[in-house]
Amino acid sequence: MIVKRTNLSFWERLYLPAIIGGFKVTLRHFFRKKVTMQYPEEKWVVPEGYRGAPYLVKNPEGRIKCVACQLCEFVCPPKAIRVTPPGPPGAPEVGNIEKAPKEFEIDMLRCIFCGYCQEVCPEEAIFLMKDYSLTAETREEMVYNKEKLLALGGVHHDKICKWEQKAAEAVEQGVKP
Amino acid sequence: MREVVLFSLVKIVCVIVPLLVMVAYAVLVERKVSAFIQDRVGPNRTALPLIGQIPLIGPFLVRLGIFQPIADGLKFILKEDFTPQHVRKVYFWLAPAIAMIPSLMTIAVIPFGSQLGSQQMVIADLNVGILYTFGIVSLGVYGIVLAGYAANSKYPFLGGIRSSAQMISYEIAMGMSVIPVFMIVGNLRLNDVIAYQAQHGWLAFPFMAPHQTAESYWLWPFTLLSFAIFVVAAFAETNRLPFDLPESETELVGGYHTEYSSMKFGMFFLGEYAAMIAISAMMAVLFLGGWTLPWWGLNQPAQTTGRGVLQIAIFLAKLLLLMLFFIWVRWMWPRFRYDQLMHLGWKRFIPIALANIVATALVLWFQSAPVQ
Repeated sequence: MIVKRTNLSFWERLYLPAIIGGFKVTLRHFFRKKVTMQYPEEKWVVPEGYRGAPYLVKNPEGRIKCVACQLCEFVCPPKAIRVTPPGPPGAPEVGNIEKAPKEFEIDMLRCIFCGYCQEVCPEEAIFLMKDYSLTAETREEMVYNKEKLLALGGVHHDKICKWEQKAAEAVEQGVKP
Repeated sequence: MREVVLFSLVKIVCVIVPLLVMVAYAVLVERKVSAFIQDRVGPNRTALPLIGQIPLIGPFLVRLGIFQPIADGLKFILKEDFTPQHVRKVYFWLAPAIAMIPSLMTIAVIPFGSQLGSQQMVIADLNVGILYTFGIVSLGVYGIVLAGYAANSKYPFLGGIRSSAQMISYEIAMGMSVIPVFMIVGNLRLNDVIAYQAQHGWLAFPFMAPHQTAESYWLWPFTLLSFAIFVVAAFAETNRLPFDLPESETELVGGYHTEYSSMKFGMFFLGEYAAMIAISAMMAVLFLGGWTLPWWGLNQPAQTTGRGVLQIAIFLAKLLLLMLFFIWVRWMWPRFRYDQLMHLGWKRFIPIALANIVATALVLWFQSAPVQ
């Protein structure tokens, strides 16, 4: 395509309009309110639906919601999640009511914050929260274990109290220790 | 004789040290001004351990970034000084020094004040001051060309070539723009240029005079034109932004200093800002009255120490305003294209400067002609 260039007038060819315009624009910006955010002191408001670090959550009774089904481990594209299932006996204090992971590790250096784990989880036990600047001094520290993930994740208040129902059933059947 | 040498040495130290400090702070001002123009706040974190804790004034200084130049300088010194395998070693080491020295040498003839006691506030009061300055300034190009050649790779080479063409072209315009000044003053000594301006008003602004005379207004259009050409040529000579083709980061990586690191790069940096200060000082002396102000008798050489210091302060204030102008312009306009640069230099400024010389000569001739 050939762009037809308009001929500049003599006044424009003196560069003076451009010079004056430049002075005006820069002067205006010089006194304008600054947009810099003083980062470590102020932080930006994370928008709704932001995909930050994935953490495990507890139900309102304070019990881990994860049942160690390992779907998240399976779906995780960078293989950042490692779930150690409890094995056949289960946790002694709750008997056979529901399984819970013996260990749950997320390597935050590998995690790509895609949210597949949250999407695939049948128990709604893992959520991508709003934390974004995860730091540590060693690689080992960046592997978050179950305690840390639960502590960071906090309690998830949902309406369905599945655990209460299950516990009642267990008492009925006489399998709760 | 011994006294002259001693006082000269003292003056050299008293000029070079503040000059280097000014260079460091010019970089800070550059960063701050650029930040403000781009709606940012600029460096506001660096603090010395104790000074930052002084109530009120300490945090203010930190926010101003007063200590940033210290950090910047330390960074330059402590970084790895890497010399690539393919460079021409001798020239590679020589170029930064050659780029830096001319701008420091120019300062020698600048009168930065009238006098303190019996001492003239100029390192060397040469009677060919301006010729010396132009001689030295044109050496500045060697540092850049040598850096481009020594680096032995394509981008620095292109930067060096551009720089040589650009600086030679604009030096002609610059030299010619100054000729009317000396035709009017009738002397090449910079102190006499200032003395003339103290009498007849600044060459760029004749109303800055103790008594207005019609004569200086006759010359105003021509001196103003000289001033304009000199300013533009000064931008080209110091490789500042509308004409920073030797460096042009966007096309030539870093231009002539692509291969340089650490303090060697720092020397180019220092040289660029020192050149800016030198050329601003030249502008202040040639067109803006040097250390004079037309009021309160400040246009006469100082009799007391206090007034002497005040006149040095006046000169520094003019210098700082010009530096601010240089920095401001950098964040205002995009770079010229190479052909536009050459077009502007050879086809516009040189003819205009030549015509200006002739026109000034005619006016001076009419003025000096005996009234019939």
